[in-house]
Amino acid sequence: MAGVRALGSLSRLTTRRYTLFPGVTRRTFRVAACMMARTHVNYEIKGDVAVVRMNDPNARVNTLSVQMQREMTEVMDEIWGNNAVQSVVLISSKPGSFIAGADISMIQACKTAEEVTSLSQEGQKMFEKIEKSPKPIVAAINGSCLGGGLEFAIACQYRIATKSKKTVLGCPEVMLGLLPGAGGTQRLPKMVGIPSGFDMVLTGRSIRPDKAKKMGLVHQLVDTLGPGLKSPEERTIEYLEEVAVEAARGLAKKQIPLTKEKGLMQKIQDYVMSYPFVRQQIYNTVQKKVMKQTKGLYPAPLKIIECVKAGLEQGPTAGYLAEAQNFGKLAMTSESTALIGLYHGQVTCKKNRFGTPEKEVKTLAILGAGLMGAGIAQVSVDKGIHTILKDTTVEGLSRGEQQVYKGLNDKTKKRSMTSFERDSFLSNLTGQLDYNGFNKADMIIEAVFEDLNIKHKVLKEVEAVIPPQCIFATNTSALPIKDIAAVSKRPEKVIGMHYFSPVDKMQLLEIITTDKTSKDTTASAVAVGLKQGKVIIVVGDGPGFYTTRCLAPMLAEAVRVLQEGVDPKKLDSLTTGFGFPVGAATLADEVGIDVAAHVAEDLGKAFGSRFGGGNVEVLKSMVDKGFKGRKSGKGCYIYQPGLKRRDVNPEALEILESYKLTPNAAVSSDSDIQYRLVSRFVNEAVLCLQEGILANPVEGDIGAVFGLGFPPCLGGPFRFVDSFGADKLVEKMRKFEEVFGNQFTPCQLLLDHAKDPSKKFHK
Amino acid sequence: MASMLLTSLRCSPLTSVQAAQFAARSISTSVHLQAQAKSKKTLAKPGVKNIVLVDGVRTPFLLSGTTYADLMPHDLARAALQGLLNRTGLPKDAVDYIVYGTVIQEVKTSNVAREAALGAGFSDKTPAHTVTMACISSNQAMTTAAGLIAAGQCDAVVAGGVEFMSDVPIRHSRKMRKTMLSLNKAKTLGARLSLLGSIRLAHLAPELPAVAEFSTAETMGHSADRLAAAFGVTRLEQDEFALRSHTLAKKAQDSGLLSDVIGFKVPGKDIVSKDNGIRPSNMEQMAKLKPAFIKPHGTVTAANSSFLTDGASAVLIMSEEKALAMGYKPKAYLRDFVYVSQDPKDQLLLGPTYATPKVLEKSGLTLNDIDVFEFHEAFAGQIMANLKAMESDWFAQTYMGRKTKVGAPPMEKFNTWGGSLSLGHPFAATGCRLVTTVAHRLQKEGGQYGLVAACAAGGQGHAMVIEAYPQ
Repeated sequence: MAGVRALGSLSRLTTRRYTLFPGVTRRTFRVAACMMARTHVNYEIKGDVAVVRMNDPNARVNTLSVQMQREMTEVMDEIWGNNAVQSVVLISSKPGSFIAGADISMIQACKTAEEVTSLSQEGQKMFEKIEKSPKPIVAAINGSCLGGGLEFAIACQYRIATKSKKTVLGCPEVMLGLLPGAGGTQRLPKMVGIPSGFDMVLTGRSIRPDKAKKMGLVHQLVDTLGPGLKSPEERTIEYLEEVAVEAARGLAKKQIPLTKEKGLMQKIQDYVMSYPFVRQQIYNTVQKKVMKQTKGLYPAPLKIIECVKAGLEQGPTAGYLAEAQNFGKLAMTSESTALIGLYHGQVTCKKNRFGTPEKEVKTLAILGAGLMGAGIAQVSVDKGIHTILKDTTVEGLSRGEQQVYKGLNDKTKKRSMTSFERDSFLSNLTGQLDYNGFNKADMIIEAVFEDLNIKHKVLKEVEAVIPPQCIFATNTSALPIKDIAAVSKRPEKVIGMHYFSPVDKMQLLEIITTDKTSKDTTASAVAVGLKQGKVIIVVGDGPGFYTTRCLAPMLAEAVRVLQEGVDPKKLDSLTTGFGFPVGAATLADEVGIDVAAHVAEDLGKAFGSRFGGGNVEVLKSMVDKGFKGRKSGKGCYIYQPGLKRRDVNPEALEILESYKLTPNAAVSSDSDIQYRLVSRFVNEAVLCLQEGILANPVEGDIGAVFGLGFPPCLGGPFRFVDSFGADKLVEKMRKFEEVFGNQFTPCQLLLDHAKDPSKKFHK
Repeated sequence: MASMLLTSLRCSPLTSVQAAQFAARSISTSVHLQAQAKSKKTLAKPGVKNIVLVDGVRTPFLLSGTTYADLMPHDLARAALQGLLNRTGLPKDAVDYIVYGTVIQEVKTSNVAREAALGAGFSDKTPAHTVTMACISSNQAMTTAAGLIAAGQCDAVVAGGVEFMSDVPIRHSRKMRKTMLSLNKAKTLGARLSLLGSIRLAHLAPELPAVAEFSTAETMGHSADRLAAAFGVTRLEQDEFALRSHTLAKKAQDSGLLSDVIGFKVPGKDIVSKDNGIRPSNMEQMAKLKPAFIKPHGTVTAANSSFLTDGASAVLIMSEEKALAMGYKPKAYLRDFVYVSQDPKDQLLLGPTYATPKVLEKSGLTLNDIDVFEFHEAFAGQIMANLKAMESDWFAQTYMGRKTKVGAPPMEKFNTWGGSLSLGHPFAATGCRLVTTVAHRLQKEGGQYGLVAACAAGGQGHAMVIEAYPQ
């Protein structure tokens, strides 16, 4: 769907690099095996410095698992008892990972809040010992240092990090509905200052090494090395260790001071922060900001503020206690379960379940340099795919190429890319008006106007010039792929790739296969999508596929709500109040009223009265008046360039007035309206699973959250049914059904779940 | 790089202690070499013209900001060209073409070759052009000359290079330049005033040239430090190598081996006849210096890096027939050469490692056949890293696609008259110095083959095989 924007916590979900352990069974096995020798933590004594090396033999990254913690405690006790050792270096032998966090499965295995609290307290104790170590400990960080890993590192006396692109520091717990439960909420604000500390724990953002140095999070940076007498990764870790050992010696001999001379700004900040009044102001501001962004739907940020506050105002004992207890409470919340579920789902949807394609796509041709086409080009060129962008007019092409340039240049401005990298990425882009070079294309993605005749024309034209193995992917949000493929000479090579706008921001890619699409074609499309950095769901063919089909009834309901006289602003606040990042009226404007009308009509034809609700004529009248949404400057709202504030479009209200419906008071409370919107969405999603459009509930949840902005705190429609209760949902729908008819008839699968409460979509 | 080079200027000349063991070793080996050299075959190829180095000269290489401070680049180039004319007694109209290299361009003399040639009194009928290829610019000038001769277009070409770091173009900011350029076009007083009024404080910040890669924005010293670390080159090894370079240079200077240096009367100042950057120190003094680029744990310091230098060099290259016809006794044949390039980030300074085996293969030689090595010393760490890379089978196999290592040159044949670290490194002038030095060393030591290799910004490199002219 065009125009769905990822906001707030939704977009933040994406940067997370949390790690989990696959299974409990495997862990028990490991514990048994490890009784004999240490497998995760080892150490070597270099002169008077003990070098402690972490390496989880069973995972790609290190996590603070039970095993790791136990061995670490043993090793540290030995070191503390060894008089020959004056200082310690803590380093990971894994390239790309220091410690990527706590072991999520360890937390998930707990049944009660008390169990989790005691886990947290164990961690706190361990890090307290580290913090109070009589022998200075240097954390030598290369790769991800997240969550518990960062908490470990900040308990050490000194931190050295590599400048590797893989080195990131952060506390992403909040994105899983948790908090940094091993001293993070207590040490961080003291280390980096209250404002930065809040920023880190509340947003969970990953901090790059140079920023970390500036913030005072690390003391020293080490460059990554190129090829030498060993592989770059290996040698970089060695080099880091060499530098860290020197630093550890310096610390032990007191040649390197432990306290850093504070800068003037730091001194001023500390001075200001010493007033309780100022701190109180900060708590209030942060609290307000959090409430505004989360609508109070996410408990974790609020608990985090509580913990930080307790630590700063009532002293460490109270602070650590609050942290451990709140950690326990949060781990038991449905929000945390939902967010962790999404995290797992995202990991699943970043894998290609169709295997490796026979031929890698090296040359990609995109037809149509519009918003979508250029967006797809942008996410392809910077992955090293040679991309041909073809349009029919010079103006269109020029606009499209400018969009690609701007997208990359914005990254240059944000310094996430150098201007040189930008230029070399752009060299992968060829803009043209003809079919020159299409004979070498491995894949075509057409992003031309959503009209079956035009799509047919393009398909025939292209098939005449492309090589036989070339895949033809069509980017459509609603046209059934089999209808498009009907004119193809090789339907096994035709597939749907439904991108979401703006392509460079939206993570989801919905891939649609027909009965005839070959497995290799699917594997290839998924591989391209993954390369483009997308989270991918693969769904069956049908009108509206999965995402559009779920969204359409909800929008139809939204139109009815508007017709019943609910103000667009009120509608927006009801939907965002439920947890959607974008309100329904705003969403319609973003998608485009014309697109919405088009889709509503098409799907209405395909599915009949079930897709009814609001009158399609409302949308058509708006389109006739030129109110096509944000792109035309007017829709439900009026958009003025440069103005953030938007007013409701009075002329749209007039149209709504002329189609006015009388609301039925029995189903028009705020909560009823919310459930009318959500239940239709959810029911359609479940129906998609019932009909086999969806392969599994996980993809359904991921598609809804990442593509349509379904509330992340609910974890997606299927997780929502599980936690809310299918029976309760059916009950609500029956009530609405009485008033509105079959639009609210629960589908069979939902009824099955309602009848048998033991049935769950997610185990 | 600039900052570190400034540091190098600041560090006072240290007590000159001669390392007797180096001196002793280089003498003994040269005797030894003389004995074995004669029996090798010549590298002449049928159907390919023999190209000879008739002679080469250079101005003294001076720390920038010293005696040459008030000159312009083409003044130095002129001095080198005139010196070459004097040394060879070449008639000014006997030269067919002049090619000159330069790196940091003085905008007033962007074709510095032509300005210098005219100023040096060459015939105005002799065309001249300027080439640039970072630290191997004058190598490029010489191979361009070789190409012109081999193609039969010229018989006598002067090649050279000049670098003048005492004065570099410092520009106005882009915003200011834009305003000033618009000012030229403004027709009315009002338009001019409004343009002038648009100038803000930020417009006035100047743009300084940096010795940094454009593609990676990394300064060369920083890259050298990382390279040294990647190959595990220690600070001690680097300091030792730098000390060796200075000690050998001092010895060569004192014993009059640096005969390519010509005296240069700087207007308003005394005649300059010696390089002034040669300062043998001792390990203790060098160990005291702080790292210049990567702080606090880096290993590249002002003392083990080459310093910012002013200087120019020139060589006379001819076809063998022409040289003989004009009655010259050439010094050496210029044989096969290669240019290589690799990753400008992590392998910026590994040019010699890549170029050496390639050029040896081209000539059908092995490392053992080479009697004289002259490698450009950008940083001691860079040289040590290259030597280790050349000595590594793993590196050869993993990164160069070769079956085995080429091997590192034996130190007793390597840069025995000093190198860029001690003599100085005027970027575009170094190449001619290397070639001329090889020719002189071959004559002096009686060897037959010499090898020149150098790295350059952009991740490029060059190597050339030089054969002694039968005496």
